[in-house]
Amino acid sequence: MYTQDMIDSINRLEQTRSRRMKQELSLLTVEDKYDLLNKFHPDYKKGTLRVLKIGPNKGERVINEIANLFEAYSQIDPNNFDISEIDCSVDVLVIGGGGAGASAALIAQENGANVLLATKLRFGDSNTMMAQGGIQAADKLNDSPARHYLDVIGGGGFDNTPELVNALVRNAPEAIVWLEDLGVMFDKESDGTMITIHGGGTSRKRMHSARDYTGGEIMKTLRDEVKNRNIDIIEFSPAIELLTDEGKCTGAVLYNLETEEYFVVRAKTTILATGGAGRLHVQDFPTSNHYGATADGLVIAYRAGAPVIFMDNIQYHPTGAAYPEQIVGLLVTEKCRGLGAQLVNNDGDRFIYELETRDVESAAIIRECEERNKGIRTPTGILGVWLDTPMIDIIHGKGTIQKKLPAMYRQYQRFDIDMSKEPLLVYPTQHFQNGGIMVNEKAETKVANLYGAGEVEGGVHGRNRLMGNSLLECIVFGRKAGKNAALKAKEIGYGKLTLQHVKRYHLELNQANISQNIMSPMLLPDYRRKETIARMIDI
Amino acid sequence: MSNDKKMISIYITGKKYLVPNGLTIMKAMEYAGYRYIRGCGCRGGFCGGCGTVYRFKDDYKLQSGLACQTVVEENMYLVQIPFFPANKTEYNLDELKPTGGTLLKLYPELARCVSCNTCTKVCPQDIEVMDYMQAALKGDITTAADISFDCIMCGLCAARCPAEIVQYNIAILCRRLYGKHMASKAEHVKKRVAEISEGKFDEELKNLMKSDNKTLRKLYSERDIEPEES
Repeated sequence: MYTQDMIDSINRLEQTRSRRMKQELSLLTVEDKYDLLNKFHPDYKKGTLRVLKIGPNKGERVINEIANLFEAYSQIDPNNFDISEIDCSVDVLVIGGGGAGASAALIAQENGANVLLATKLRFGDSNTMMAQGGIQAADKLNDSPARHYLDVIGGGGFDNTPELVNALVRNAPEAIVWLEDLGVMFDKESDGTMITIHGGGTSRKRMHSARDYTGGEIMKTLRDEVKNRNIDIIEFSPAIELLTDEGKCTGAVLYNLETEEYFVVRAKTTILATGGAGRLHVQDFPTSNHYGATADGLVIAYRAGAPVIFMDNIQYHPTGAAYPEQIVGLLVTEKCRGLGAQLVNNDGDRFIYELETRDVESAAIIRECEERNKGIRTPTGILGVWLDTPMIDIIHGKGTIQKKLPAMYRQYQRFDIDMSKEPLLVYPTQHFQNGGIMVNEKAETKVANLYGAGEVEGGVHGRNRLMGNSLLECIVFGRKAGKNAALKAKEIGYGKLTLQHVKRYHLELNQANISQNIMSPMLLPDYRRKETIARMIDI
Repeated sequence: MSNDKKMISIYITGKKYLVPNGLTIMKAMEYAGYRYIRGCGCRGGFCGGCGTVYRFKDDYKLQSGLACQTVVEENMYLVQIPFFPANKTEYNLDELKPTGGTLLKLYPELARCVSCNTCTKVCPQDIEVMDYMQAALKGDITTAADISFDCIMCGLCAARCPAEIVQYNIAILCRRLYGKHMASKAEHVKKRVAEISEGKFDEELKNLMKSDNKTLRKLYSERDIEPEES
């Protein structure tokens, strides 16, 4: 399925393969690493950030696309909105139906809470479902939580919140045991030893996997268990605003996407597990994220007074698909590089050690394509470099790809590309929101009775997350949020339900002269053509 | 996308639209003016949210695929199956035994499988669905778990099954039974959990948490990396 130009380029790659397989590239020094990032990482480009005019982080710089959502009015008019009729009262409201939300719901219920889980799309539609590569935990003899700590904080740029990193690595083995006990089919040796490999930026092989459907298998297991436990689930109903009582969170307004009516939920405690922001398409990058990743939770929490952290950057996954056109932006799992696949330019040469952290790999690929002009161009004009996947079978034996990377293999087979024989064309794609709502090690936000878990929270990964630490964070902090929210709910009663915080926020927006036409959260991206939208009639 | 792309006719729930050749069904529907609420999840072939059935004009054969992974073709008549009312039994995994009897007790309709192979033919993941159903029927949970591993629970098999079996719910049950009751336990992970709760790493972690940026940078760049072949 490749064009003749691409086939010629593949020939060059094949000719250098035996030489490359013996070639040793070393890790960049810290100085070289920052030099590369400064020059080529999209976060460092001029004009990508702007100073927030309002809210808890007023005066700080965040990426433009996030500022656009923060500097916007509520979808509802707080002065003219009836919340006097309560549709549902629960101990714990979980907003979000991915890995963090499901974990939180299970543990909250175990701790005696009456739980409602509300989610924007179907229960399980999430980035968790798409996570392929694995989940980290330092549980081998040659490894320790301290090593894991150092990898996390070094990968994140040394600014990560220490308490959160500590909580992440300390609770990682326990998270694995919990999942194993729920029946997740981890890849194991016959004696039960976990099969673990490296990921970018790991000093020990601590990446646990379930073939290359790791997140999918975890999500399907958690979803099955939530259903077994009879926890109330309401789908296609995102939260469009939180409710507050003198600064404390007391519930949320849900919006039924299908009937377009709203519901008022009163909750003693609320857990935000709404995920990330890939569908904002920062700097017009394609994304690996699911359809609902539009930063809704960030927006409503910010409005309710919760500060955010590290929202001045985005993680670009170095190996998004650049070809074929139909799957541009989708992920080619980092596990390919973990298993030995090399990155190769149009001349057939390597240009970076393949297990640097994601930010460094991304910057190196962008440098190769844009400055050195050694990328490969597709028929639709997209540039990329080769990921030499046939090396995986050469190194580990024939059939390894089909056995260990069935999802990847299938993905490309659908478009007549056999990744065990041909390399894949890749380019960075918007992948992860490194930052998020500030939380503490108990998953509490700065707003009382509001918790955060999963991609929506920030601090633990600093400014660059390592592979395998997002699934881990979902489980560890999802469980923490579930437990702490349930325990807190036992101590307190229901609060008053008001939209006071939205009124105040609107006032601030007004004072900052922000146009009333801009509203958020956006809930869903719009991929219809401009021509269609221009001709729509609102009846 | 280049402008010289050929336009083709497709029929979305029976209504004709002209769309550029080469788009996936999902992108073609958006091109035609649809904005998804249901029938669209991960857009990457992992969530099973966009099962679609289609056939071509003057062809009796009913085909199926994922809207996010299937490319439109001329004269394609398509409809998405965004939800299927599937039977899911509630159970307590801890109390179950990993036997064929358990499967039949929770999903007695399993015995109605007539080996017609429709489920296998319809599967967008190319899973040998009928084979794992037969393994399940024989009580071979290990095989059923292994074959069904790549199932994304899109529901197309259940929608077409003449015996009204919900294959994917039996599959997740098999995998969970295997993972929980049959696979050897990872004792080294439990041991590490115990070591952590006994405080074995407290001192080291506390020191790291107190370390300044400069010390951390030094420790990080001096840390040894486990070699690839070990």
